[in-house]
Amino acid sequence: MGRAKADGPLKLAVPRGALFGETLDALNAIGIDTAELRGESRSLIFEAGGITLVTMRPSDVPTYVEAGAADVGITGKDVLLEQADRVVYELLDLGFGRCRMVLAGRKGDEKLGESERRLGMMRIATKYPRTAQRHFESTGRQVEVIEVKGSVELAPLIGLADGIVDLVATGRTLEENDLEVREEILECTARFVANRVAHKLRAAEVDELTAKLREQLA
Amino acid sequence: MIHPIPPGTRDVLPDEMRELRRLHLAMIEVFEDRGYGEVSTPAIEYDEVLARGDGRTADSAYRFFDERGDLLALRSDMTVPIARLVASRYAGAEMPLRLCYLANAFRAVRPQRGQMREFAQAGVELIGAPAPAGTAEVVEVLEATLDAAGLDRAVIGLGDADLYRQLLAELGVEGEARAAVLGKLAAHDLVGLEEELSSLEGIGDEQVATCMALSQLRGGREALDEARSLGGDAVERATARLGETLEALEARGVADRVQVDLGLLRDLGYYSGAILEVYDPALGHVLGGGGRYDGLLERFGLDLPAAGFALYLERVHVAQMEEEPRGGGGVA
Repeated sequence: MGRAKADGPLKLAVPRGALFGETLDALNAIGIDTAELRGESRSLIFEAGGITLVTMRPSDVPTYVEAGAADVGITGKDVLLEQADRVVYELLDLGFGRCRMVLAGRKGDEKLGESERRLGMMRIATKYPRTAQRHFESTGRQVEVIEVKGSVELAPLIGLADGIVDLVATGRTLEENDLEVREEILECTARFVANRVAHKLRAAEVDELTAKLREQLA
Repeated sequence: MIHPIPPGTRDVLPDEMRELRRLHLAMIEVFEDRGYGEVSTPAIEYDEVLARGDGRTADSAYRFFDERGDLLALRSDMTVPIARLVASRYAGAEMPLRLCYLANAFRAVRPQRGQMREFAQAGVELIGAPAPAGTAEVVEVLEATLDAAGLDRAVIGLGDADLYRQLLAELGVEGEARAAVLGKLAAHDLVGLEEELSSLEGIGDEQVATCMALSQLRGGREALDEARSLGGDAVERATARLGETLEALEARGVADRVQVDLGLLRDLGYYSGAILEVYDPALGHVLGGGGRYDGLLERFGLDLPAAGFALYLERVHVAQMEEEPRGGGGVA
């Protein structure tokens, strides 16, 4: 458990990486100056528009927000689903960062189907083991989920797995690696989340920020 | 040599133990001063007895067989064991009955700071005192306990456990859909809640908007007025109950630290009417909670209204330490 000081400015966890640019655009739209974050600074913490912006990996956002080290945060639905046991309040679908979680296999290759039919289970490489496991369980199929940290596309190409479960935005990476989408699992967008105690004790500030973010969606 | 202990359990060494003991004694003193007698019950109970109190004893992480083949479980809280104790040993006794405890309970949570699988809870149970006066007495004891722990900034959230059950019944949402909606509400997943409600037949945009708005209403009396303006019988009844509780709290002079919260939902199955949660600005996690469980004793064959609260001892201790730089914390 960490600190969620009611004193001082509200702390917002900002995801670096794929969601960074659009998150900053959304913050600009509600009147928070993000010039400093867009610059070359190596700092992780910035003050702007009366709140503290803390930059971090998207997958760390639920951790910081659950503990109350950040009061609110922005991260992808893919991250929230993968860390479904983290207790954070999901307040708003921000609409940007749209991408799909898919099952993909090699083009013109029946490895997925063949493994399922003859061996009783498919081998699936993914960075999202829990989401993948849930998807196959809920569709009544058995899989061996292999968690990898780096380029998942590699796994089916050299025989580690029959297919992959991964996040796809444009589909170019799949295309370049001779892979194709076999199933759509779900669609993900960026979400605005809040710490449970901050949502109660800093209600006015959290509500105001939520309302502003909702307005700029329209 | 290092010998492991199970995940989610821990050893306590003298420096910490000394502080925990001081906190424990300060809390029990508050309880005793107000006429709450301390009880102790076994850490292991028959699984079917615990399940009688809360069907969802899935919370209790540890179940095992004894030498006769009976299924035993480690208790996951003290409210159910005390309901059992009262029904067995105090049937026909003069009411209300005031009991308190400091005891370890066990749950299958993911271990992290202040959230262990074995944890200590300090709390009270007030049996046989109906709402709203009984609720107000429990809140008064809770506030005195927080003061004794030096947590003068702590806030008590007050909600209503029946609000959404009745609201969903009014909207004709039943069965699996009802469970799904309550699940989203409990997790406070507003995006999922909107999707879930919008997908139901016979629920209009306006009703979806009402549920969404309701779950975000928290604050003083004005939150009740805002809720009432959203309309509907269920909301009317819940706000009336909450209003009565607030009046009882005001009459006792203990309403200042209470925040009305129409979005509150406790995840234990036995609550009815007023529910409570405790927060401190120094901590990102809930310090404890409680409320009314007027139907619980009946499951053990003794139809009595009841209310209580429990604070997580270790979390209160963490909050004390975090509050120290401000001159708070410490046992008064």
